[in-house]
Amino acid sequence: MTRFSAWNVFWQGMSGQKGWSRQWRDPEPKPHYDVVIIGGGLHGLATAYYLAKNHGIHNIAVLEKGWIGGGNAGRNTTIVRSNYTQPGNREFYEHSLKLWEELSHELNYNVMFSQRSHITLLHSPGAIDAASRNYNIMRLTGNDDAEIWSLERLKEAAPHLNYDATARFPIMGAAVHKRAGTARHDAVIWGYARAADQLGIDIIQNCEVTGITRDGSRVTGVETSRGRISTYKLGLAVAGSSSRLWSLAGMRHLPIESHKLQAFVSEPLKPLLDQVVVFGMGGAHFYISQSDKGGMVFGGDLDWYKSYAQKGNLPIVQDVAEAAMSVLPCLGRVRLLRHWSGVVDMSMDGSHFISKTPLDNLYLNAGWNYGGFKATPASGTYFADLIANDRPHRVVANHDLKRFERGIQLDERGAGPDPKLHG
Amino acid sequence: MSATRMSKGGRIDRSCPLRFTWDGRAYQGFAGDTLASALMANGEVVLGRSFKYHRPRGIMSAGVEESGAIVTLGTGNRAEPNTKATMVELYDGLVASGQNAWPNVRSDIGAALGLFGRFFSAGFYYKTFMGLPPFEWGRGTGLWMQYEKLIRKAAGMGAASREADPDCYDHMHGFCDVLVVGSGPAGLNAALRAAQQGKDVILVEQDHELGGDLLNQADPTAETTRADLIAALEAAGVRIMTRTTAFGLYDYGTAGLLQRVSDHLAVKPEHSPRQRFWTVRSAATILATGALERTVAFENNDRPGVMTANAARSYLNRYGVLPGQNIVLSTNNDSAYGVAVELAQAGAKVTLVELRAKVSPELAKQMRVAGVQIKTGLAPLKAIGDKAVSAVRLARPHGEAWRVAETLRCDLLLVSAGWSPVVNLLSHRGAKPLWDQSLACFLPAPSVENVTIAGSAAGHWSAEECVASGIAAADQALGLPVKEPVRAGWETPIKPLYEVRLPGKKTKSFVDPQHDVTASDVRLAHQEGFVSVEHLKRYTTLGMATDQGKMGNVIGLALMAEALGKEIPAVGTTRFRPPYTPVAIGALAGRNTGSHFKVLRRTPLHDWNLRHGATMTDAGLWHRPWYFGRTGESITEAYIREATTVRQTLGICDVSSLGKIAVQGPDASEFLNRIYSNAFAKLAVGKARYGIMLRDDGMVMDDGTTWRLSENDFLLTTTTTGAGKVMVWLEELLQLRWPELEVHVTSVSDQWAGVSVAGPKSRAAIAACLTDPEMISAESLPFMGVRETRLKSGIKCLIARISFSGELAYELYVPANQGEAMMDLLWAASEPLGGCLYGLEALGTLRIEKGHVTGAELDGRVTIDDAGLGKMASTKKSFIGSVLRKRPELERADRPQLVGIFPKDRSESFNGGALLCKPDEISGFGEGWITAVTHSPTLGHWIGLGYISGGHDAWQGRAVTATDPVRKGDVAVEIVTPHMFDPKGERMHG
Amino acid sequence: MIRIPCPFCGTRDHSEFSYGGDGSIKYPALDAPMEDWHDAVFQRENICGRQVETWHHVNGCRMWLLVERDTMTHEIHSVRPAHPDMAQALEVTA
Repeated sequence: MTRFSAWNVFWQGMSGQKGWSRQWRDPEPKPHYDVVIIGGGLHGLATAYYLAKNHGIHNIAVLEKGWIGGGNAGRNTTIVRSNYTQPGNREFYEHSLKLWEELSHELNYNVMFSQRSHITLLHSPGAIDAASRNYNIMRLTGNDDAEIWSLERLKEAAPHLNYDATARFPIMGAAVHKRAGTARHDAVIWGYARAADQLGIDIIQNCEVTGITRDGSRVTGVETSRGRISTYKLGLAVAGSSSRLWSLAGMRHLPIESHKLQAFVSEPLKPLLDQVVVFGMGGAHFYISQSDKGGMVFGGDLDWYKSYAQKGNLPIVQDVAEAAMSVLPCLGRVRLLRHWSGVVDMSMDGSHFISKTPLDNLYLNAGWNYGGFKATPASGTYFADLIANDRPHRVVANHDLKRFERGIQLDERGAGPDPKLHG
Repeated sequence: MSATRMSKGGRIDRSCPLRFTWDGRAYQGFAGDTLASALMANGEVVLGRSFKYHRPRGIMSAGVEESGAIVTLGTGNRAEPNTKATMVELYDGLVASGQNAWPNVRSDIGAALGLFGRFFSAGFYYKTFMGLPPFEWGRGTGLWMQYEKLIRKAAGMGAASREADPDCYDHMHGFCDVLVVGSGPAGLNAALRAAQQGKDVILVEQDHELGGDLLNQADPTAETTRADLIAALEAAGVRIMTRTTAFGLYDYGTAGLLQRVSDHLAVKPEHSPRQRFWTVRSAATILATGALERTVAFENNDRPGVMTANAARSYLNRYGVLPGQNIVLSTNNDSAYGVAVELAQAGAKVTLVELRAKVSPELAKQMRVAGVQIKTGLAPLKAIGDKAVSAVRLARPHGEAWRVAETLRCDLLLVSAGWSPVVNLLSHRGAKPLWDQSLACFLPAPSVENVTIAGSAAGHWSAEECVASGIAAADQALGLPVKEPVRAGWETPIKPLYEVRLPGKKTKSFVDPQHDVTASDVRLAHQEGFVSVEHLKRYTTLGMATDQGKMGNVIGLALMAEALGKEIPAVGTTRFRPPYTPVAIGALAGRNTGSHFKVLRRTPLHDWNLRHGATMTDAGLWHRPWYFGRTGESITEAYIREATTVRQTLGICDVSSLGKIAVQGPDASEFLNRIYSNAFAKLAVGKARYGIMLRDDGMVMDDGTTWRLSENDFLLTTTTTGAGKVMVWLEELLQLRWPELEVHVTSVSDQWAGVSVAGPKSRAAIAACLTDPEMISAESLPFMGVRETRLKSGIKCLIARISFSGELAYELYVPANQGEAMMDLLWAASEPLGGCLYGLEALGTLRIEKGHVTGAELDGRVTIDDAGLGKMASTKKSFIGSVLRKRPELERADRPQLVGIFPKDRSESFNGGALLCKPDEISGFGEGWITAVTHSPTLGHWIGLGYISGGHDAWQGRAVTATDPVRKGDVAVEIVTPHMFDPKGERMHG
Repeated sequence: MIRIPCPFCGTRDHSEFSYGGDGSIKYPALDAPMEDWHDAVFQRENICGRQVETWHHVNGCRMWLLVERDTMTHEIHSVRPAHPDMAQALEVTA
């Protein structure tokens, strides 16, 4: 395997690019693995990687129904941030952010994590106070990069936002999370796949799991489109389809509903916006950043009804465009190039599950709501830790399926037990 | 390329010259031109620069697939980057300029990047830019972000305006029986057939003229056919929308259309939108969207002067421009022969380079007659020329490979490598197209929905087939018996051709020219394991440019199939996503932007408040008075004065935005008893009660007072922001959970104007407004009493003696249209008593002093006990949330509970949002937080409300620090009871 | 755009409605055991395919509807008023 470096880019350029080999193998599935992870998305691949790296388990298969990264990994708006404030979520996402900062080096793959700042626009004194509470928590838990900005400072940093005093919701200030930013989503998938592959993990694509076999409360293996595979431990990391796999394991209910979330990209433009900007006011929700290629990447709310279809509808397109114009009025003549949608696990409190299950050796990674992309490294770390040690790490001790019985609160928005409200 | 304008012919109006500027220079074209045809006629060749290598690019097509002539239209706040010159109708005064180049597209410094092209292979950026070269030393993202700055500047294409778009856009809605997309022979006939069956038909065409390929014909009978069909359509009542692109298909036969209303006009009508975004719902959809001609990957196939054969035909026959004088036309199918003849007849020297070994005798004869020389068994290997093609080197198949053949001089190299049906819109519906080996193209798969494809979009190449297919599509859409025409293909079958190259040689052969994706990039992707089409497209960016792969996707798939040793279907096809062609964000947004973004709700007293000096603030979607400042007064001075006045005399505050719900029926009290945590069953008529609603999960949802107006008639009030949510919730409970309850709920929020009149003199002021002043005496209207009465001048009025401020206070509701009259009366009575008007800021002061909670405290994560209202949770009955609120974590004694906060040094202030910590432990999540602060005029210092673990009992007398590192720093505070003023409530009971 | 045939108003765009949730959930009595409430409030079958769900015609007649819809294709198979008396009344008038 040729290491990625400027030197090798140069050398391969001189020698006809002949030395680059497959970034990951295409192995035939073996009849048995110590651990099988279902789901060749970000979380599944990251979990496999950390199982090998942190826990010395190498006989692992990652089973992917289609091609790795074909689900939400390639459908999100690539925002990475850690400004969560509920105990548990806070540590989890900050750990994730720290891993993100070194991820390119760790994986020897440029995931283009651009710590360009994440700016939440604030429109009232009450909103400034509420944001201050959250950003104070960030400060006290180690984030020196959490700041509240005045309007003047914001104008300097992001001059093209709508500062018109006649705007429907005039901007009064901003909450700024400076170490946050964006990353190149596909590179993260491929980076983890390549690194996991180098650690001996079998990434098996076009391998649909059609059944989960059990012996009482133990999982014995999986039936797949490419044959039966037995395993000691089975991990599910199939956000969007969690309930479907759950039912294959013979269980019925999860605190999850599948919803679809649309995303949008414009034609490529010369640099226009240097940060991630988030707007939430008057029932609207909108976030935007500019990709390195120049496209404005943006999104908003869910389509508001449960769906497993990866296709969106026009009312949200319109809502999001309205918000886009209201935040960046210069986008009027900029054209939308593509819009698409992904199916997300919306949970009952807007937070995720890294959990043991009623089956002894089945582990669940699910319920990522809007947060799956940014969670990737931490999700992989803690899910691997759970699978390897059969007990949750302290940080995810409350991210279990039974938390609603106890009354644990991980509801960042205080929206209550209605999955669609946790966007 | 030496294009010339023909002296006659085409659909341009030579009597109507139009002036325009390109890169600052003045040019002339004619009505009917596109920007591309006009620039071509003026001899302009290099019109753009490519994304990565900054290679010179010219016109490659005559349509939506254009990947070369991409320009910026307009200037200043109307600048429109990344515009395809082939799609722009010329108008007088049009201004266009080159983009992604410096100093200009003709000589671009950035072209030097091309020298390093060998290093810039697909995905190279994933392999470097991580740390310090050459071995990527270092940690963190610092170095990457330095590289990123340079990369961002180099990337992007055009520059967007920095100013707001000055134009407006409209949203329209439409309904029809049949929507026909595309107006070529198939579309016209489909629309006509459907209309003749009595159906309501909408026909949309992205071009400004109907006709599709009929517009590109040299044969004059095409125009007759076209005109006859259009006349028939009009007679049949078809709704025709030109300059309208169906950009996406969505659920239930919904289509998104973009109609360009005034883009093409020199003088834009003042009151007309620039564009309209239509949402059309149709029972059946017929896609007659045509087919796009493919090109071939060979070295320098992106040179200006290389274009598709059919584009040349369009420029010649439609725009009256002969695009070259010495033309080489390379083909592998029959469709290019007609083009060759027409170009030759127009005076060009045409050499037809045919890949297939044999040509049908009939075509050979036609070529001979037209003077077109045919060379068979050849294909283009390399376009020669620096900024424009000057010759083409040909190659001859040799087994599986190619061998160099002759070189032909030429000024225009046309390529026809077969046709790709436009199946994009069907793909939006999730239908995967199927590869047809004999036609060498993807054909649409049958749809489970009522979407039918017709014409060349369905693989019908001849005009006769297209007509028949259009009629068949209409019949199918209407559920009639269908006679589907056979796909006859060409007389001599196509010989698929995707790439021409010499073995082992690395060249710049473009697959996706706009994103500079080469054939080598596709092979590198294969070499590195990116073999699925989804990985290929993401790794190389093939098909991600503004043409969404219209030009290059099939070639990319073919090359990957070849590398894998498989057939094209085994590689698959990418799913096309909406929009079909890019759509202005302004059009999607429509009118609801700027100050019209999201409805603005105004109370019935809004104008009255403004007339009396109110400064407004946003409260949810409402505008509510923030404060009533006097001349020279700051907001702080104003709210302190207002709050002081309320405590000393009286104040009047608009509370009309509170939600008001009529709860009526025999089971109304039972219903209220279930939804509120406290008892409502025994509330007496003429009395009000404060109630708290929980969610199912036991957390506080909303609060407010409910007034019993009569036995079965209650008026329930909610918070301003909770009004909508509570109404939906009550309807859900009554219709879904408790249908046995005989209760009806009606939102009456908009029917009433409401004010709070608070302060020791409030009774006197109101009495002065009543026809029966005695009605408001302490005996007649005790605390929490409700009465209906009349104001002077006979206004019907509901009065409740309730207090949020802690003063003697009343809420008065009158019919909304009587609101101003009530205010006039009240204000006339109050002003002489020294009263004032007060806004939300003073309201906040008064309620904080009293420890009354609002949205800042009830944030959806708070239990009734946390908010210090635990005694309002009945233990004698069950209610919504009564079970789940008992979950163990929600009953912990150390949960944060509502407290009051004073600064230790009373001259200090603090902020809402500050965290409460032990002074020696300012870290972590703290012990609590401050929700709201105010300067209390009554106490003479700053006070706050907040939550702290264990509440007042746990922290009384202990040192606490309010820390606000994001704004202010630390302040020593003490924790007090939340009832900071008049804790016994003597004033409001007085 | 999903088009929902409201039994009271006729076929309308889904944007006039708001999605409620799983219509098969039976909410327990107010004094039912904690487990019952937990399951009703927090547990979902989350069917991929045909499910009964609740929609509220919030910008229309304000009626709650039980809609049988495929969560993969969005196809609607049936719509009826959630309130049983309303459903009955419609049958009588029909």
